[in-house]
Parts: sequence; structure tokens; C-alpha cells
Amino acid sequence: MGAANPEIPLTRPLVSPSIVTRLHALVVTVDHKKLGLMYISSALFFLVVAGLMASVIRLQLAVPNSNVVAPDTFNRLFTVHGTAMVFFVGMPIVAGLSNYLVPLMIGARDMAFPRLNAFGFWMFLFGAVLLYFSYIGAPGMSGHGSAPDVGWFAYAPLTGRAFSRGNSTDYWTLSLLVSGIGSLASATNVIATVFSMRCKGMTLMRMPLFVWMMVVVSGMMLVALPPLTAAQIMLLVDRYLGGNFFNTQAGGSAVLWQHFFWIFGHPEVYILMIPGFACASEIIPVFSRKPIFGYSAMVGATTMIAFVSMGVWAHHMFSVGMTSVGNTFFMVSTMMISVPTGIKIFNWLATMYGGKIRFELPMLCCLAFLFQFLIAGLTGIMLAAVPLDWQLTDSYFVVAHFHYVLIGGMLFCIFGGIYYWFPKATGRMLNRKLGLWHVALFFIGFHLTFDTMHIPGLLGMPRRIYTYDAGRGWNTLNLITSIGVIFQIAGIACLALNILISLRKGSKAGDDPWDAWTLEWATTSPPPEYNFETVPVVRSARPLWDLKHPEDPDWKYE
Amino acid sequence: MQFFIPNNCRLINKAWFIFFALGLSAAPVFADGPSGVTNIFKTYSTPARAIANYTILILAVCAVIFVIVTGLLFYTVARFRHRRGDDGREPAQVYGSNQIELAWTVIPILIVFVLSLVTARTIAEVQNAGPPSKALKVTVVGHQWWWEIRYPDLNIVTANELHVPVSETAQPRPSFLSLESADVAHSFWVPQLAGKTDVIPNRDNRMWIEPTTPGTYLGNCAEYCGTQHARMLIRVIVHPAGEFEKWAAAQQSDAGNDAQAKAGRDVFFSTSCVNCHTIKGTEARGKFGPDLTHLMSRQTLGSGAALNTPEEVRAWVRNPQSLKQGCYMPDMQLTDEEMDQLVRYLLTLN
Amino acid sequence: MTNADALYLPDETAPWRLPSRRKVAIACLILTESAMFTIFVVAYLFYIGKSLTGPYPAEVLKTPILSTICLLASSVTIVMAERSFKRERIEAFRLWWSATIVLAAIFLGSTAAEWKRLIVDHHLTISTNLFGTTFYSLVGLHASHVTVGLTLLTLVLVLSLKKSIRRADGERIEMVSWYWHFVDAVWVVVFTVVYVIGR
Repeated sequence: MGAANPEIPLTRPLVSPSIVTRLHALVVTVDHKKLGLMYISSALFFLVVAGLMASVIRLQLAVPNSNVVAPDTFNRLFTVHGTAMVFFVGMPIVAGLSNYLVPLMIGARDMAFPRLNAFGFWMFLFGAVLLYFSYIGAPGMSGHGSAPDVGWFAYAPLTGRAFSRGNSTDYWTLSLLVSGIGSLASATNVIATVFSMRCKGMTLMRMPLFVWMMVVVSGMMLVALPPLTAAQIMLLVDRYLGGNFFNTQAGGSAVLWQHFFWIFGHPEVYILMIPGFACASEIIPVFSRKPIFGYSAMVGATTMIAFVSMGVWAHHMFSVGMTSVGNTFFMVSTMMISVPTGIKIFNWLATMYGGKIRFELPMLCCLAFLFQFLIAGLTGIMLAAVPLDWQLTDSYFVVAHFHYVLIGGMLFCIFGGIYYWFPKATGRMLNRKLGLWHVALFFIGFHLTFDTMHIPGLLGMPRRIYTYDAGRGWNTLNLITSIGVIFQIAGIACLALNILISLRKGSKAGDDPWDAWTLEWATTSPPPEYNFETVPVVRSARPLWDLKHPEDPDWKYE
Repeated sequence: MQFFIPNNCRLINKAWFIFFALGLSAAPVFADGPSGVTNIFKTYSTPARAIANYTILILAVCAVIFVIVTGLLFYTVARFRHRRGDDGREPAQVYGSNQIELAWTVIPILIVFVLSLVTARTIAEVQNAGPPSKALKVTVVGHQWWWEIRYPDLNIVTANELHVPVSETAQPRPSFLSLESADVAHSFWVPQLAGKTDVIPNRDNRMWIEPTTPGTYLGNCAEYCGTQHARMLIRVIVHPAGEFEKWAAAQQSDAGNDAQAKAGRDVFFSTSCVNCHTIKGTEARGKFGPDLTHLMSRQTLGSGAALNTPEEVRAWVRNPQSLKQGCYMPDMQLTDEEMDQLVRYLLTLN
Repeated sequence: MTNADALYLPDETAPWRLPSRRKVAIACLILTESAMFTIFVVAYLFYIGKSLTGPYPAEVLKTPILSTICLLASSVTIVMAERSFKRERIEAFRLWWSATIVLAAIFLGSTAAEWKRLIVDHHLTISTNLFGTTFYSLVGLHASHVTVGLTLLTLVLVLSLKKSIRRADGERIEMVSWYWHFVDAVWVVVFTVVYVIGR
């Protein structure tokens, strides 16, 4: 809407609103775009905070027999780092991306339940504050306790009253309960929006893959989060009402907690990863100049992943002493899940094959993702191999594996998404040079750290130890791992700088800077509050391709 | 739009090999027996060896997949990159292919099928082995942050060190461990002897080792169990033939009663040491802490927190928190004289 | 760039029908709550027979026939209420709706009475043993959902008495009834697990 038409009155006020007015607008907003950006900004903030915590961890582990921090401090660091990264970085990024993009991609004006959307955001933020507040609040009147130090999966009976004094574990529980409710609200909203508000002509099989994947993720959230909620309620019953759910003295089972947690925990990691796939599925086609190869196969594979992921949870428990039958069952299901995942990798490759690949920043991030996610998947197969897992589980090999998936896989896709959609959300391009510095530095740092980290695991280094002895062969490897952090910090700093500078000084993006094909590019950058001037009507999965290529539209081939 | 291949992609391939070499070079290649470096591929016991051999297949399959898919990725990126001077037309818009989808569904399913069969067999081989009659039976009890080791048939109770006889092909003598926990979840992991098995309260877990080379094998607790999880080390000492029986006989004896250390004995019995510790042959029958009957026969104190030397014993008795912060032995606030006497007594517990 | 006139119209002029967003949302709510109840049911089933000390279920549990009938009947009355609403018989609607509330209240009262009996007469509390913990948790979780439902039902009744409800609100009322049927269905499962299987 930028072209100046003197007859159309200015919609911007002449005087910039005060900071108070602007903050107030954010507090009361129910606009999906504002809430989406609030989710993402909060997530990036906690990424930095939790990342700094990880830096302290790596500082402590850089040399043997170190005492940079006390043992209890270290234990709190890795607990809060893990909890924050999963729930206050990963989940809000998912919520933020889906809330921002889904209505735009389906030609809707907002989400189905805007107020529920706002509710979800504030619940998430409150939960995040609760977790960090534990550093101050948990000592309470007894002086015991600080931030939680039970690990992000809080195994029983370590979390029981007897072994976790003070309120630190309760802060862990409550912060996740609260933000979990927010996540469920967001998931319900996405599903309702997608089923009930698609623009005319957009059948389910004409939606962008991004939308499909967010629907699948939301469905997974609805089914996978309640087991965590249930387990946490049981934990609260144990801690406050004298319940015996996980009280081994009364015959309770510590393993039951593990089952319940991982019934949540495994789908959760797919909930974190699939939105990364969603970004990649939008970016790779556009920068290869071809439609996604095998749209229905991608939909099918994602759905299959969602279902199978509910049946693999005990692969986190192979050392717990299940029967060989139990171990074999979960081994088979875990190996099976590699099939749809592989299908997706091949489809992305096939999308690039025969295309004209442009190495813009979103695509560079996705290329790194493909390489790294492959490796992460293969180390996953190694961990699914039960006898090998008996050596590797609970060691630094697993830590390396899941960071490879979450950072090398998910975070790189998110970087790609940021470079891709920042112009849409703000109307300005991110600086390409700074972006290249960010990606290059972060790539180097990521590989220095996490490639190396596999090896101490193979040499017997368990996880969650605040220090180690010198004679174990782990010294140099840990040092290299820690050095990689410096590069990652530098990379993130470049990204932060880029975002801040480009908000003011980035070159103007226009409606469609990438020559893309989905509906969000059919409106201005940033979109007006109502998203679309007239409700779009579509005839294929790539409405803008049809527009730009009237001689060869997609709907001819449907 | 300029043409740009990320150079660090190639760099990282070189780096990958360097790291791998570094990592493997950290493990002694020509060592004959165990060292402090607990490489899961340098195995000295039947279950660990079964795992290591099985792993070769897994690694091979993963390596092949990696090479093929990465090759495809690099080839695709190189061949189909947008070139300067291109005619600006969009490439052929290909939507998919059912045959190709089928191919890359069926082939992975076959690979998974084969891997599953091999894995199931190895699981059964390691997990379902039952103890032969000559097996040594040991009960391992995990505590917050030390290991209680009991030999029910031999009437021995010790701490933090698991002594077993070596197993020879002519005379196999595996050791079967019963794993129990006194408090929270732990995990028993001695990488060169076996995979790890968790130690969970109110649950009976079993594992077995069959060491084939004498020596000292290091291990760690591998399930986060609280403050000093990092310092809950395990030492498995594998004795050559005949030596194990000598060790056992020494362990079965009561504590020495050296008259010179009487003052220290009195200190021990008048302070609350007896509430937590057992010394066989005396009235000290505490169960909360490690059995001290043969304290000086062990290599370390505090399950690896310090070497077992007179200075460290003294440091421990003076203030255990300085060696293992957060452990459950408090600073007993002894006077210097009491401490000297007590240490002199402890040093007689061979 | 303007949109609709440039984007192609589909050939079909068939109407574009999408499901109601309210129905989708309540279906999601029911799905997610079912997942949570499933975990509590699994915990209950897992711990059957594992209590180390008494009291044991067979000794102390009395089958709650009356409250079950009341709750199941309330599903019938709510259907009748909805039917009346559709036929715009507002007085009948209010009557059937009130009947639902009364039946729900009887159920809750009955549960409260049973708990009092168990606690005072048999000394079974949530901390007594595994049975106590799982029983009070599962039945309590269900009762809390009944309470929420009761609150919603009362709210609708009050709004109806204040004449704030119009014909267009029919779907909203239907959503309350969906939630209510869900609560009923959960009771069928809880009843079977606790009073049939668990004894």
C-alpha cells in the first residue's frame, strides 16, 4: 500500500505514540501478528539467557577438576538451561511462527480465537518468569532451595520431598504447568483456525506445507502435553498431599514417572523439530525455484511421524531394565520412525534437484540444516540400536545427538525462517553481510562444539557431571567443545545486531522480496492489521505462482 | 544475486576427520589392559565385546547412508546452483513421482528390517543370559553418592570397589550383579565391561560382566542423582586367578584391633561415627555410610573424590565437605588431637 | 497489489463450507482432556493390588449406583434441554437444564459423602497407601471437571433467566452440552476402572 495516493488519507498518526502507549498496545493486543512477534522476541531473549547459562556450563567443563561454579550451582544451570530451552525457547518459537504465519498463509484475517491467543502468550511468559524467579523465590522461609536442580526431566524419586527440599522443584512444576496451558490454548487455536477459516478454494491439500505441519504439531501438543501435566499433578500430590505415586517406600514406581514423562517427552522433541521442517518446506522450494517434490508424501510422512512418535517413548529408558521384549518393541518403533523422516529428506533433495538454487541466507541455513539433520538422524539410529544405547545413553553422546537435532536441525531452520520472513514482518531486509557472518561463525562454532562432543561419550563420559578427573582422556575434547561456544556467541551477536540495525536501516523489502508463491507474500510488508484487503480466492497450492505464470498455472496439473 | 558456495562446508568435512582422529587418538591404541580412558570399543568383557562387535554393523550402515546422502546433497547443490548469465526462466516444475517415493520408502524399510533383526538378537544375547552355577553373585546398592558392594555368599560388605575374579575360557567365571538403590535412581556403568544398567529403588535390576583381563576398570554413576553425581565413581578390580580368593579371605576377617590405636578407637565409638558406619568385629553397625572395616584396602576415598592416602584420610575426617561438597557426612568438629588419634585408628583398618 | 480480482476464481460455484470453529475447539479440548485422564487411569490400573498396607478397595468401596444413575440421567436431560431450545420452548429448556444441574449436584454431593465416609470411617486418605493416592486423584480429577461443568451449566441458566440468551447462542449451548457428555463418558470409564476392575 506504499504507493502514495494523495486521495487516500494517511492511516499512520502524525506523531509517534509514546513508549507507554506502545507497550500498552502490546499488553492488550489480540492481533495474531503482534502476538506472534512477541512470542518470537521472547523466545530469542530466553535463547540468549539460556545460552549464556550453557556458556557457564562449558566454561566449567573446559578443564578437569574445575571449580568455576559449585556443584549445586552447576546442577541448577543445566536444569534451568534445558527446561528453558525446551519450554521457553522452542515452544514459543513454534507458537510464534504458527500464530504469525498461519492466518496469513490461509488468507484469514486473524486466528479463530484472538483472545485465547493472547491468553496463551501471557501464560507462557508467566511460566518463564516463574522458572527464573525460582532463583530468588525458592529459598522461601526455610532458606532451602534455589532454582530447580533435578534435571529437565526431573526423575523421581529425586524430585520427592525427601530428596528435593525447599520449593525449587515446585517452581519447575508450576512454571511448566502454567506455560503448558498456554501451549494447549495455542494448539487449539491453530487447529480451529486451519479447519474453520481457510479462504475459498483452499482445500486441505492446497494449504502450504507449513500450515499442514503446524496442524500436525498442534495435534501432537494436544495429545502429548497432558501426560506431562498429569505427571506433574501427581508429583504435586506426592509433594504436598503426601501422595505415593512415585514414593518407592510405599510401593510406588520411579519408572512410572519416566514412562509418563517420556510419553510427553518424545513427541515433544518432534513438536520442536517439525516446525523447523515447516520452515524448510517453504524455503527450499522458493530458493530452488521448484514446487516441493511430493506434497502428499510430505503430508503423509509428517502425519506418520506424529503417530509413530507416540509409540517410541521408552527408547529413553533402554537402561532401566525393561524386558528384552519391551526393549525390542521400542527399538523397532524407533527405527521405523526413521523411514518417514528419511522420506522427507529425500523429498527436499528432490525439490532442489533440477532447480536453480539461489544461495540466499534462508537457503544457506536450510542447506546446513539438511547436512546436520542427516547426521543427527544417523546418531539417532545408533541410539535406537539398543545394545549400543546401553553404552551411549546418559553419556555425552546423547547430549551431542540431541543438541545436533535441536540446534543443527531446528535452530538452523529457525534462522532460515527469520531471514525469510523478517522482511514480511517488518518491511525491511536483514543485512546480507552480517547474516553471512552470523551463519558462518555459528556454523563453525556449532560443529566445533557438537561434533567433538560425541567423542567423550564414546569414551565413557556420563552426562550431568559438574567436573571430571584428568586421566580419563576427556580433557582436550572438552576444551575444544567449550571453545566452539565462543564462535556461537559471536554468531548470535551478529544476528542480534543485524536484527536491531535492520529494524531501522534495512533496505525496504516490498511485498514479495523472494519471488515466492504463498499467500503471505500477496499482501504488504508488514501486512495491515486486517491482513488482506480482499479475501483471497485460490485454486492451487501456489496461488502467486498461478498469478505470475498465467500460461502455466499449478491448477492445470492437479 | 551473486553465486556463493559456503566454503565452510568443505572446511567442515576436513575438520570432521581431524576431530575423529583426535578423539580416537585419545584412546591408547597399543595398551594391553585397561587404563583411565574408558573407550567403549576397547572391551575386556563378554557383554561389552558383544556390544562393540554389533556396533560395527550399525556404524557401517550409518556411514554408508551418510556418504550416499551427503554425496547427493553436495552434488545437487553444485550441479543445480543458479549460475550467472542464466536465462532467467524458471526450471521445469516437477511435482513428484510415485515410483520414486515408493523406492525411497521401501529401501529404508528393508534396511530397518535387517537392523531390527540383528539388534533383537544381540539384545537377547546380552540381556537374557542367565547366571551359570560358578558365577559370582554380588549385590550392588547405590546410595547418594557411593556404592555399597555386598557378596552374600561370601559374607563380605565393602564400598565403591567391585572386586571380581578374571574369567578364562577354560574356566569361565562371570559375575552377576543385583542392582538395588537405597534412595534415588542411579546407574552402574563401567564402559569397558558392560553397558549400563540403572539402579532404581523398589526395582530389581540385574546385569552381568565377564572380564577377561586383570586390571582396574573405571566407571561412573550414569544417572543424575543429585549434588555429587559427578563424584560417584566405580572401580572394578579384576583379579588374576587365585588372587580373588586371597582378597576375599582378607575382606572376610574382622577389623584389626591394634592396641596403639586404642585412643582413636575410643574417639570413633564416642562420636556419632558408629551411627553411620560399620566396622566388623566391633559394636559399630551403622548402615547409612560405607563399611569401614577394610577402609585402607581401597584405592580411593569418597568413591573417587580423593586418593586413599593418610593426608587425604585426614583431610576427609577434618571436613568431608572440602573434598566432596554436599555429601552426607558432616564436619564432625573434632579437635586436632581427636583427629590425629582417629586418623591413626582408621589407618589400621586394612 | 490487490488480490481477489487477480487471483483466479475456481470454476465451481459450490458453496465453501468449513466446520464451525467452536466445534473444532471443543473437540480439541475433549481430546486433550481425554489424554490427561488416560494417564491417571493408567496409573490407577498400574497400581491395582500394589498397596503395601490397607485399607484395600474390596474392603471399603461401595458401588455408587445412585450417583452414577444421576450423572448418566443428566446427559439425557441435557439432550432434552437442547431439543427444547431448538424448538424455542424456553420454559421447557430452563426446566430440563435445571434438572441437569440438580442431577449434577446430587452426583457431587454423593461423591463428597463417600469421601467423608472413607476418610472418617475407614481412615483412607490420599497419603494412606497407593490405593488412596490413585483413588482420590482419579475420582477427584473427574469431580473437579464435574464442578467446572456445573459452573458452566449454572452460568447458562442464570443468563437464560436474565433473558440474555438468543437463538443464535444455540451452538454455544451445544458446546456446553458436548463438554457435559464428555464428563459423563469419563465417569463411565472411571466407574469401570475403580469399582469394577479395581475391586
